[in-house]
Amino acid sequence: MKRTHILVCTGTGCASAGSFQTRDALLAELAKRGLSEELDVVETGCMGRCDLGPVSMIHPDGTFYKNVKTAEIPQLVEEHFLKGRRYEKLLPTDPETQHLVKTQADFTFFNRQLRIVRDNCGVINPEKIEEYIARDGYLALGKALTQMTPEEVIAEIEESGLRGRGGAGFPTGRKWGLMRKAPLHPKYVVCNADEGDPGAFMNRSVLEGDPHSVIEGMAIGAYAMGAHQGYVYIRAEYGLAVKRLHIAIEQAYRLGLLGKNLFETGFDFDLEVRIGAGAFVCGEETALMRSVEGRRGQPSPRPPFPAQRGLWEKPTNINNVETWATIRPILLKGAEWFASIGTENTKGTKVFCLAGKINNTGVAELPFGTTLRQMIYEVGGGIPNGKKLKAIQTGGPSGGVIPEQFLDTPVEYETLQKLGSIMGSGGMVVVDEDSCMVDFARFFMEFCCDESCGKCPPCRVGTRQMLLILERICRGEGEPEDIAKLEELADMVKSASLCGLGQTAPNPVLTTLKYFRDEYEAHIREKRCPACACRELVHFEIDVPLCKGCSLCARACPVQTIERLGDQKKFIIHQEKCIHCGACFDVCKFDAVKKTSPGIPVPA
Amino acid sequence: MNLDELKKLKEKAQRQVALREGHKKYRVVFSMGTSGIAAGARDVMTTMLDEIDKRGLDDVEVAITGEIGLVDVEPIIRIEEAGGEQVTYAKVNAADARKIVTEHLEKGKVVEGLAVGKAKK
Ligand SMILES: Cc1cc2nc3c(=O)[nH]c(=O)nc-3n(C[C@H](O)[C@H](O)[C@H](O)COP(=O)(O)O)c2cc1C
Ligand code: SF4
Ligand code: SF4
Ligand code: SF4
Ligand code: FES
Repeated sequence: MKRTHILVCTGTGCASAGSFQTRDALLAELAKRGLSEELDVVETGCMGRCDLGPVSMIHPDGTFYKNVKTAEIPQLVEEHFLKGRRYEKLLPTDPETQHLVKTQADFTFFNRQLRIVRDNCGVINPEKIEEYIARDGYLALGKALTQMTPEEVIAEIEESGLRGRGGAGFPTGRKWGLMRKAPLHPKYVVCNADEGDPGAFMNRSVLEGDPHSVIEGMAIGAYAMGAHQGYVYIRAEYGLAVKRLHIAIEQAYRLGLLGKNLFETGFDFDLEVRIGAGAFVCGEETALMRSVEGRRGQPSPRPPFPAQRGLWEKPTNINNVETWATIRPILLKGAEWFASIGTENTKGTKVFCLAGKINNTGVAELPFGTTLRQMIYEVGGGIPNGKKLKAIQTGGPSGGVIPEQFLDTPVEYETLQKLGSIMGSGGMVVVDEDSCMVDFARFFMEFCCDESCGKCPPCRVGTRQMLLILERICRGEGEPEDIAKLEELADMVKSASLCGLGQTAPNPVLTTLKYFRDEYEAHIREKRCPACACRELVHFEIDVPLCKGCSLCARACPVQTIERLGDQKKFIIHQEKCIHCGACFDVCKFDAVKKTSPGIPVPA
Repeated sequence: MNLDELKKLKEKAQRQVALREGHKKYRVVFSMGTSGIAAGARDVMTTMLDEIDKRGLDDVEVAITGEIGLVDVEPIIRIEEAGGEQVTYAKVNAADARKIVTEHLEKGKVVEGLAVGKAKK
């Protein structure tokens, strides 16, 4: 028996922080100290705090360690595994309580979560099917095949209230029912693992941490809908997820949990991985299907819906990674249990990605109905550096911005929509007072414009025109009519675009115009950026009495426009050559460089 | 594979991950300070782990701590039962360790000759 399991996260985030080296150093150190027999080192998927990576979790005492770099290993082994006391240097601090966090269960980031989809993530080794099976793996599939009719499976999913996690929140049971009734054969099931939102990685975390949960969900769905072939569509850049998916599929075949005659019921199901190049639009279901077929990934009009004519013109059901991974817990614990979690309209949990100006960044699974305030201040630990929260953007690049006064909104599909935003894939980007909302909208418009596939003019041309206007406003060249023009273009792009990309691309602009119109007006009328973020509109000046003459700024200035003031130990900026890069502001340790956006007329 | 085979595989696999499944009935704590190690606590612990493994007990966790404070009677083991009593064993050797596993951890019977202290939690 092993007395301790040392779980080392080898998700992509921690891997890039060196967790494989950590694992190797740990194994070597344990061997050196003769501890290999007593302690086990287990690789897991993402634990959700990649920003603290490499992270590690110790069982059974529950200690959670951050930044476990190779250099720390000898000390860590000495303290924790030989002497039996926590190595405090690597314990995280809870931003809420300012205490060192001893165990994962004490960490607000973790203990406010409710883990259904990510229940196994960071707990099991995703490359060992036995560990998945130990935690009831494939029992739900066995139950469905041997004890339930396909109709009963669909009824169970329908009763659970599960809605698709890919963005639109369409009821999964209903979608499966339509597919089951489709007359053509063969039928296909597809897992959408494209996850194109920049910075979002909830799907990746599930595939890396618990690939079998997705495979099992797909096999159950295939049985329910009458399909025998499935595809997981995943982007090439998700290398580790692809690798673990391949390993998982191979192991499932080896144990007879994929392939022919599953559970001796005569039901066959085969599963393949299809790699996408990673265009954002390929996450759209019609484009995705073309890409799986090996054609160019461009959206096409619906109807026909995939359930009518999908892959190779045959009925096809596409669900998101998280949707598929939610099937197994529902079958194991029942629709009623699942429906007791969440809100009236939206049941269960969602994996959110907390990013931006927030203390605890990472992936967190929370019940629907959790308020934005709880997400930001409890799970997220608040805003760093004592800054003020300005807004939160939900739903990825085509999501909307929600200002502070709506922080008590419970998060679900309808409530976000009412505020002009979307759920999308569950991205949450926190914006603080230092961000300019016009610039923010410009940034996302640029993303959508770049990712537009160009098939339909409203999206291709409309997003480009909107981007040009936004860029102009940020440069201080906006004109009074620009706001109206933006609104007009936004309406046109929203209503006339073929696919969801165009239909949602104006959201960031529309919501910032709705909630932060004064910032647009300040840029346009006064040539002023209230957040002092737009480069062309800011002004840097040295507050001479505060300047200690250290010359750091002068050395940092790329255009050498900071010079000594006469023969004093003071410096000043010669404004003519200043390119507003902000380097001087960033380096000054005495707050002597002042950043302002005075508006017109800019003082000389 | 059929459902019964899967369930059997699960039972077997469960022991691999049992340690990660939260609270156990018994927690065995070894005093592993300098004096404990000098008195042979490491060997006693390895023996105990081996015996727990042999018996297939998975409602037990084994932990180490610094000096418990009774330096003369090392190796010392404290067994904590969840919500129950706490028993301390002193001067434990490898054979005793096996006995503690079969009697205390498996059958729930305190090994009277070895126990030095008993405290209700
Ligand atoms: C531009 C665009 C990108 C999308 N990207 C994704 C994606 O990365 N993952 C995903 O599951 N759904 C994505 N969707 C939604 C899919 O079209 C589809 O609705 C979803 O996969 C259905 O799964 P669900 O019913 O489980 O939500 C995207 C839609 C659009 C318009
Ligand atoms: S809306 Fe944009 S992304 Fe969608 S089909 Fe049209 S051009 Fe392509
Ligand atoms: S860095 Fe600050 S203190 Fe130093 S010379 Fe520049 S303004 Fe003065
Ligand atoms: S903002 Fe940049 S260019 Fe201007 S003075 Fe400072 S460092 Fe030089
Ligand atoms: S990859 Fe390690 S915590 Fe996310």
